[in-house]
This record gives sequence, structure tokens and C-alpha cells, in this order.
Amino acid sequence: MYAIIAGAGKVGRNLARELISKEHEVTVIESSRSCYLANEEEFEHAIQYGDATELWVLERAGIQRADLVIAVTGDDEDNILVCQVAKEKYLCERIIARVNSPRNHDHFRLLGIQPAVSATDLILRLIEHEVPRYGLVHLLALEEERLEIIELEVTADAPTVGEKVSDISLPEGCLIISVLRGGSGFVPKPDTVIEEGDEVLLVLDPGLEESITAYFAPNGQPAAF
Amino acid sequence: MFVLIVGAGRLGSAVAKSALAAGHEVSVLDEDPLSHERLDAGQSKSWEDSGGQFTVGTALEIDALIQAGIEGADVFIASTAGDNTNLVIAQIAQRRFHVEKAIVRVMDPARADWYGEQGLQTISPTKHAIEMFKLALEPEAVS
Repeated sequence: MYAIIAGAGKVGRNLARELISKEHEVTVIESSRSCYLANEEEFEHAIQYGDATELWVLERAGIQRADLVIAVTGDDEDNILVCQVAKEKYLCERIIARVNSPRNHDHFRLLGIQPAVSATDLILRLIEHEVPRYGLVHLLALEEERLEIIELEVTADAPTVGEKVSDISLPEGCLIISVLRGGSGFVPKPDTVIEEGDEVLLVLDPGLEESITAYFAPNGQPAAF
Repeated sequence: MFVLIVGAGRLGSAVAKSALAAGHEVSVLDEDPLSHERLDAGQSKSWEDSGGQFTVGTALEIDALIQAGIEGADVFIASTAGDNTNLVIAQIAQRRFHVEKAIVRVMDPARADWYGEQGLQTISPTKHAIEMFKLALEPEAVS
């Protein structure tokens, strides 16, 4: 695979190392001369000096044959531009963008820049995962595929406590994929009985969070976003 | 016509003044309060007294754009110092707020051309300057 990475900061550098160690071909593009020089010794021909939002710089890096373009500069507008041009002008099939300010997430979505990864959002999710007062935890959202995986802790007053999985009729578009109990997880069988304190992992169509919460944690509050 | 101008540097402020003088309703958004002085400079009345609107805020902030009146704008002009900022906010104006006409200052001629093909009205001062220099270099112009 050939990947172009815009931005040789901490994220870009480490991604490049990782991809190179997995024997992928990589070109990192860095617009700060000093940052470029600091990394040139390590990356040699795999790093180029230039502004990745300039079309000729992308072309010099061989964007026409890139399988993946990753924009991880510290500037959200630049990341949007690099990915938009890669996707719409050079028809690169896979792009990944970094969102520096979570408030800009909507802009990435509006302009079709997906996936857009925000470190702040990731840390927030981890916090939610660790803090039990949230009834529902989003573990993974695949926006393009329109699927998400959530986790719910079963409360004592849940109508599903004591029910067999086969007897629980969930809304269309929901499936229990795993139950975590006593520190270990297992894939439930039809005769598995749901207990209070279980952590239930479900895969769902987006938008079903509210209705599914009622089954397992009727008084739990959905995670605030 | 209601014109919203984001970025009141030399270009944005001059366009704002002439649009106001031409009888349009004009709102200016800039992150630097000092830009307001550029709008007042050389005028007999202050920008507000002449009927202009000025909002301090950054262009990517949806709240600032709304405060500056983007929801009622007929024309959106992106004239901040950054090409990429201009291209992103002009697309936000088009796609999120459905502003009919978005005009973008793009210094880089290559990006101006490509985004022009994508439906943005781009103006590249660099491109015009290149043409002027070419003309100035033509034999009959060199004296």
C-alpha cells in the first residue's frame, strides 16, 4: 500500500514509522523547513518538504497512485483541504483526517471528510467507558456503514433482568453481540439469562440508542454528546 | 442585497466599503477587533453610522457566522488571509447555509482553478498579477 501523510508532527511521524515497519510505502509531507530537516535523517526519501495543500506538492509526492491519504497537520482547514482534494480531484479511495478542535467536527462531516479522528473525542469516549454513571457507552460508530456498537450496564429495574436472550424481543436493527459478566466476556446463546450488572454489547442501526436503553437501563442516562 | 464579508484585511475592507457605498447591506466578520479601524479609515462617519455591521469572531465558528447574519446573506465573500480557510468557509456557506453566491479569494492559482470548477466563484489576485506582469514585459510595453 502507498500512503501519503500530511504533517510530520508527533502523530504523522509515528504513523509513518508504524506503516513503514509494516512494509508499506510512505511519503510524509511537512511544510515547516525546520521540522522537515529534523526528520529528514530518519525518514530520508520518505519525507518531502512542502505544503501539502498545494496541488503540485501532492502531485510530486505521487498522489495519483496513493492508496491512502492521511491528513494530520495541526490545522483543521488544511486537513480538510488535503483530504477533499485527494478524494475529489485525485480520486483517492481512502482518506483519514485529524480533527484538532472538536468544534470543527461538523465541518469535516459537512464536506464529506470521513473518517475524521479527534483525539479529544477519543479521550472523552474512554472517560465515558471508565465512568459507570453513564448508562450507555458508544464504543464504535461506523458512519459510512451506518452501524454502531454500544455498551449498556444492566440495571436492577431493567425489564430484561432474568430473561433469556431468546425471549427478549429487541427492536429491528439491534443485536446482542456480547455479554461481559464478572470480568470476562462471552457471546450469548439463546438460553443465556441476562443478570443485573451485566455489561451488554449491542450492534445497532444509528438512532436506536434511546429505545434500546429502556430494555437494559431504563433510568440510566444516555451518554451526553 | 445582503453581503457578508469574512476577513477585513486590505481586500475585504475595501470591498466592504464599496459595497456599502453602492447601497448594499453589508456585514463584516473578522477575528481582530482592530480590523474595524480599517473600515473607519478615511471615512467621514464610522462604519456603524454609515449602516455597516461588524462582528468579532473566527470564521469557522458557526455561532459567529450566524451572529454576523449568514442565514440572511445573499452573497458570501471569503477574504481572510488563508486560502484554505477561505475555501472551507465558502463551502460551509454554500452547503450548510445555502447562500446563493459564494465568492472566494484564493491566492494559489491552481487551487483557484480547481475549486472554480467545483462550483465556487474563485478570484485569484496572483493570477491577475501574473497577467499584468506578463503584459508589462511585452516588448511594446517596455520603453
